[in-house]
Amino acid sequence: MSATHQPTPLAKLEQKTIQEIILKGQRIDERGPLDYRPLTITLGIVEKANGSAQVYLGKTKVLAGVKIQTGTPFEDTPNEGILTVNAEFVPLAYPTFETGPPDENSIELARVVDRGIRESKAIDLQKLCIEPGKKVFVVFVDIYILDHDGNLIDAAGMAALGALVNAKMQEFEWKNNEVRYKETKMLLPMQNYPVPITSVKIGNSVIVDPCLEEEQVMNCRLTVTTGKNNDVCAMQKGGLGTFTPEEIKQIISSAIQKSKDLREKIISKVN
Amino acid sequence: MGNKEKDKVRLLDDKGLRVDGRRLDELRPVKLEVGVLDKADGSAYIEHGRNKILAAIFGPREAHPKHIALADRAVVRCRYHMAPFSTDERKSPAPSRREQELSKVVRESLEPSIMSEYFPRSTIDIFIEVLQADAGTRCAGVTAASLALADAGIPLRELVAGCAAGKVDGKVALDLSDIEDKKGDADLPVAFMPKSNAVSLLQMDGSMTEDELKQALDMSINACRTIYEMQKEALRRKYHVEREEEEKEEVAEVKA
Repeated sequence: MSATHQPTPLAKLEQKTIQEIILKGQRIDERGPLDYRPLTITLGIVEKANGSAQVYLGKTKVLAGVKIQTGTPFEDTPNEGILTVNAEFVPLAYPTFETGPPDENSIELARVVDRGIRESKAIDLQKLCIEPGKKVFVVFVDIYILDHDGNLIDAAGMAALGALVNAKMQEFEWKNNEVRYKETKMLLPMQNYPVPITSVKIGNSVIVDPCLEEEQVMNCRLTVTTGKNNDVCAMQKGGLGTFTPEEIKQIISSAIQKSKDLREKIISKVN
Repeated sequence: MGNKEKDKVRLLDDKGLRVDGRRLDELRPVKLEVGVLDKADGSAYIEHGRNKILAAIFGPREAHPKHIALADRAVVRCRYHMAPFSTDERKSPAPSRREQELSKVVRESLEPSIMSEYFPRSTIDIFIEVLQADAGTRCAGVTAASLALADAGIPLRELVAGCAAGKVDGKVALDLSDIEDKKGDADLPVAFMPKSNAVSLLQMDGSMTEDELKQALDMSINACRTIYEMQKEALRRKYHVEREEEEKEEVAEVKA
């Protein structure tokens, strides 16, 4: 069951200060309201994975790994490969992250990242079919939160995208009822590059890319994931507050703008 | 199957009408009933298209286990659950990842409407059981649960109404049905509180341009206003009758 969780005591003390600073058009870390923190992305740091990417978003650190294995397709999509996204909030990242089965926050994060990749048709899953109805490739995206300083969804979404564009798999052909792997390697058949941008509402102000302190005092957040043609492919509102329709429209517009640079940055890493 | 076969399904006919004969901006029939369960503190039943959903409230009651209690407000707990027989293929009764996410999203859509600060150290439990699913279950669930909260006598800032919009065959459309949800281009579930002009649930998947998205948002918000009026009507239906009965009893007492 999903339950209201305890706000941190610090949040209550800091709420007013953070609100006042934001009301002046400033941020506690001296950014402007619509400034993104510096993003660093490093590809291929885990050699045993098919693809991997580490994202530093300010002090938030997320590592994503891609493993590609064979499996049986779902009955309703017999000639498509399978994508699964999972997120681990590992205990070393934050004092209240605990071991055990994934909680609602990690499930939500994984599903929002999954929807971005799936709905934008980022991977051409039909090209990952080996034998229709029998054998397909399964792309496992596993997201590891290593250090939590806010805006985990964006960092995780970009790490997942980085790991996917970085992923290499053995070229294969289907002959005489068996898969034959070739010597050469190929990249995953990518056709879109979804980038999530999260904005939060604090008081009556909207700011982009919240740091942890801002996230703890926010009313609510809205993540907008955009693909390469500026089409929106996923959205998710979270938190106990509400948005006006006007705020939502503004957030969508600014997220579409913001996602362009970040997408360029990730794609440029591939070559 | 794949994309090619998917394209073959036509969701709009030559007149621009949908598979079930609706216009693009037309809601499915909605039926609401308040106070349908005996033991729950508040309950409501909704039929939205072929969706059949029950919502029940228990509380405010003492927080259990005690350590989950909050000193300054009630803890709101929510379970969105689908019956194994509610879908085409049997669904395992164990909560799926989807249901866990929706429990969170639904809770976050109802909590802004609840004056939980009146009930410190207690819990308010919201249970939503989907008996038959036909696309748009989370929105219909929110509509029913908000009525059930009112039926439980829990002070609310406002009722929350839910309705989705989406895109079928390249056109923005209101309140997708099952086949439109599966074969359509996008889905945008929304929950809205009309008087506060506040969106408390917003999700989206599929593919929409900025303009389509804004159009769909306006369309679903308008539908929420309509459903909000139906919610008020449903509450009146139940509580108006009871008041008349009370009056009759009073008259009878005077005569005696």
